[in-house]
Parts: sequence; C-alpha cells; structure tokens
Amino acid sequence: MNAANPRQQRPARGASRRPRARFALAALLALALAGAVAACGASTSANGGKIALVAYSTPEKAYDALIPAFQKTPEGKGASFTTSFGASGDQSRAVEAGQPADVVEFSLEPDMQRLVDAGIVPADWNQNRYHGFVTDSVVTFIVRKGNPKGIHTWDDLVKPGVEVIVPNPFQSGGARWDIMAAYGAQLNEGKSPAQAQAYLKELFQHVPVQPASANDALSAFTNGKGDVLLDYENDALEAQAAGASVDYVIPDDTIKIENPIATTKDAPQQAKDFVKFLYTPEAQQIFADQGYRPVVPSVFQRNADRFPTPPGLFTIDDLGGWDKVSTEFFDPENGIVAGIERDLGVATQ
Amino acid sequence: MTPPGATAEAAAGTGRAIALPRPRAATLGRGIVAGYLGLVVLIPLAAVVARSTAGDWSEFAAAITNQQAVAALKLTLAASLIVVLVNALAGTAIAWVLVRDEVPGKRLVNTVIDLPFALPTIVAGLTLLALYGGHNPLGVDVAYTRTSVVLALLFVTLPFVVRAVQPVLLELDREMEEAAASLGASPLATFRRIVLPSLWPAILAGGALAFARSVGEFGSVVLLSGSQPFKTEVASVFIYGQVESGNTTGAAAVSVVLLAISLLILVGFSLLARRSLRHAG
Repeated sequence: MNAANPRQQRPARGASRRPRARFALAALLALALAGAVAACGASTSANGGKIALVAYSTPEKAYDALIPAFQKTPEGKGASFTTSFGASGDQSRAVEAGQPADVVEFSLEPDMQRLVDAGIVPADWNQNRYHGFVTDSVVTFIVRKGNPKGIHTWDDLVKPGVEVIVPNPFQSGGARWDIMAAYGAQLNEGKSPAQAQAYLKELFQHVPVQPASANDALSAFTNGKGDVLLDYENDALEAQAAGASVDYVIPDDTIKIENPIATTKDAPQQAKDFVKFLYTPEAQQIFADQGYRPVVPSVFQRNADRFPTPPGLFTIDDLGGWDKVSTEFFDPENGIVAGIERDLGVATQ
Repeated sequence: MTPPGATAEAAAGTGRAIALPRPRAATLGRGIVAGYLGLVVLIPLAAVVARSTAGDWSEFAAAITNQQAVAALKLTLAASLIVVLVNALAGTAIAWVLVRDEVPGKRLVNTVIDLPFALPTIVAGLTLLALYGGHNPLGVDVAYTRTSVVLALLFVTLPFVVRAVQPVLLELDREMEEAAASLGASPLATFRRIVLPSLWPAILAGGALAFARSVGEFGSVVLLSGSQPFKTEVASVFIYGQVESGNTTGAAAVSVVLLAISLLILVGFSLLARRSLRHAG
C-alpha cells in the first residue's frame, strides 16, 4: 500500500493530542486482547476432568480399542479422554511447552527424559517391573513380496544394486532405532566400533532417499522406491494388514525397541489407573493384536509364534544407553552419523 | 499473503488520488493496524531472530556456514529462482488467455487456478509422489530428485502470478492497443511497448510472492524430495531436521537467513516495480 500513503495534514494545535492518544489506546487494546487470549490458553490445564493422553502416532489404533476396554473396568467407570497423536519428538516438545497431558507415551526414551528434565514427569517414572516400557518391537527389513533380492542379513543390505530406505535420523527420532540396530548388529558379529561405523557409512551409500518420518518412508517404499525398508515390526505388520504387498525379515541380530509410558506429576488417580490397566493381560493382548510385542511375559508367551525372538537380540543399554548414543551418534554438528552424511554428501556434490 | 493484496499494491500505483480519510478515523485505524501487525507478524518474527542469537554470534555463524545448511540454502535459492522465472512466464500467459481469449472451459480453468492454495501442501506432495514416483501412469520417474523439488514448487506457486496479472489485464484500456495497431505497430511490438509495461509491476509483485513462498515451502517438498542431505534437502526440511534433533538455535539461525533473503527479494522486486511504474507513467 506504499503508493497510497496519504500525506496527512498536520492537525491544528490543541487537537493534536487526541489522535495520538487514540492510536496508543487502540494499540494497547489489541495487546491486552492478545494477552487475555494467551492467559486463557495457559489456564486450561485442569482439562475439565478428562484424562489427556498425548502419544506418538503409531499406537493410535491400539488406543481406539484400549480406551473403551478401560472404561468397562471398575476403575475406568466414567473416565473420559482427550487424545493427541503425532510425531514422538513433536509431542514431547509440545508437552514440554505446556500442552496439558496426564498420560504420555513416546517411541523412544529421550522424549520422556525431556519431560523429566522439565519437571513434568516424575524422575521415578521407570521404577516399575517393566522399567516404564509398555510395548516392545524389533527393527526389521521390509522387502518386496517374495523377497526377490534375497535379503536376510545386514550384509545383504550393502550388496551391489540394493537400495535401502531409512528415514532421516535427524528428522525422525524413530530412525535412530534403525541406525542403532545396524550398528549393534555389527558389534554382535564381532566387529570393532570403528568397523561398525565403517559399515554404517557403507550402508548410507545404499540409501537413495531419507524421508522425514517412518510414515513417509513407508509411503516411499510402497510407491516403488528401494528394495529394503528399515522399519519396526509393528509397522510391517500394520502395512501387511492394510494390504501392502510386502514381506518382512527379522535379522538374527537386531535391536529391541522399547516404548516408554508415564503419568505426569499432576495426573489424576484415574490416569494412573489407566496406565496400570495397560499392563493387564487384556490390554497387552490388544497391543499384541496391533503388532506390538507385549512386555508382560505371560501374554508374550501366548503370542510367541507371532513374535519370534531373534538369537542376537540386544537393547539400547547394550550400546551404552540413549544418553551416550544421542550425543555420540546423533549430535547434529559432531555426531558420527552427521559426519557420515557430510562425507557422503560433499563427495557427491 | 494472498495475491489480491499484491495486485492491489501493484494497481494502486495507477490511482494515487485517494480521498483522505478523516484524521481521527485514520489514527484509530493506524493504531489497530500497528497493534495487529505487531502481534501477529512482528513479535513472532522478532522472537525467531532473538532465538537465532540465543547463543553467541560464533554459534550463529557456525549454524549458517554448516556445509549441509549451505547446500540446502543453495538448492532452495536455485529452485526458487527457476520456479519464479517459469511461473512468471506461464502465469502471465495463463492470465492472458483467461482475460483475452474465448476458450471453452475458461471458467473452469479460472476456478481451478486457485486450488493449489486450497490444497494442504502435504496432500499436494503425496499426490505428486504418486504421479512422479516409480509406479506412475506417466512413465517418468523423477521423484526424489532435484527436478521433483522444482515441480512441487511450480505447483504450489502457480496462482501468485496469474492472480496478480489478471486484474491488471482486465483493467487495461484496449484503445491504446487499437491505436498502436492502427498506427502500424505489429502485434509483438504492441505487446512489448504497450501491454508489457503495464503488466510488469504485477508480474514482479506476483513473482516476489511466489519466490517468498518457494523459499519457505515445506509440505509439498518434504515427501517428494526424499530429503537426502546435500542432494534434495531444501532449507525448510533441513530446518525441520534441526528442530527434531533439538538444535533450535541452529534452526532459527538458518530461518533468519531465509527471512533475510525473502525480505531482500520482496524489497528488490518492489523497487523494480516502482521504477517500471515511473517509466510507464
């Protein structure tokens, strides 16, 4: 509107005060209004007696079944829920920034640790029989129907002509499970850490795209890109259930994925009862039906034929735990994986 | 950020004589505008800038000279420039056809032009992926390449130039063209000497908006580009990665670079538009 700037006539003396006062008043009013809106936003943490569940995206279907099941129990009578599902890191940051939450579930532990550090989740959240994890899974190779390229081992991934899809580990927290599975498997095979890192570099040379999330990676794969997709077992099962023409292979050496759950410090008793309910055989079976490995041994045994245990299964703790791994591998400036991406990227430019 | 606004700006140059509003109402109005702009636009932008320098300057410098960031910024700028050039041409041509030619289905086309605005860009990305990916009906496989980045940006920015040029064309006095023709000017000369000078500010205004949009576009490219660092990762996707990795300062620093580039382009195009207005006047 610069061309239409009307050169205003200077008002007569004496009259000059009021317009300026009005200007200030109007600006002030607008500010006050915004302040009021912001204040309203901040004061809704009570959430009207509902249990606020904030979780990462994949268990949404499981909760569609779990919530009604809980409401049928004596503890769950009359419970009502608000639910929010999204990328694990985004959800964690939202709760850190003030999104009301009574029950939080994430795809990996650092997202929970963020809330412990922020004082929202009590530090003893993992002091139960299951160390705070409500479901498990494993990293698998999703392949084309019939496995035409004969992919069975980690070494098969780096054979000439094999394209591997891995989500971008700096954009998808979940992709970090895939990378650590690849790395840990090399150590299991008896390689040194340096050799295992060299394997990661070789692996990335076979990665033509790095989608921003596990979901994006799956759609890239089903759209025809790549020969192998590194993904979780539950995603593989869900993709098959949804009719995708894929098979999956559980490598002998792979990582056990563990998904943490907790109640926040101010959570009502019913929210705590809900989390307790999630460890009952009934709830664990619902998780199993959605492709997650139950953490309760008896339920796992009942579903053991669906969830074979690979001989070389290891956990993130075997690699030093998330704290160490996050800094060492995934620091966006100095991490090992950042270095690999840089070396390969600069070489191909 | 809608093209009609840009059009108004471009067109306002021709109608400088606007009646002065009454001083009181004008002051009140300005107060509201200032308050609103401050709240909705300026404070958030200032917060981004503040965030980018939350550490010290060396941290800021390190963030924006990071090789991966530089590669992403280069790709973003190059793709955006291509997109602006192509869409300036194509958008002007489409606007011309919509205003001047009697083609069947004109109304339908006129309605469809705005759809890229209405479509959530993530859906646009998904659709383009199905179109350009491996199993597509066209037989072209450009998904996850730099070409696909340009294609996605072409799609989401098409309406800007069309909607900026169209109303100016509608208002254009055809008697001038007829006079030129009757004096013996060729159609090409008439277009170049009579029509183009009037359209130029609108093309620039639409192009500037298209550029700003391209530079910040995320949804349509995040799926289609495959976000391969150093190859197909654009700046907005790189920034997303920094946020996801907990490096908010780095993310804000690169955002500030994007903001500065967009600001430069908007100001530069607006100066050009003004100059060409003076020449046309």
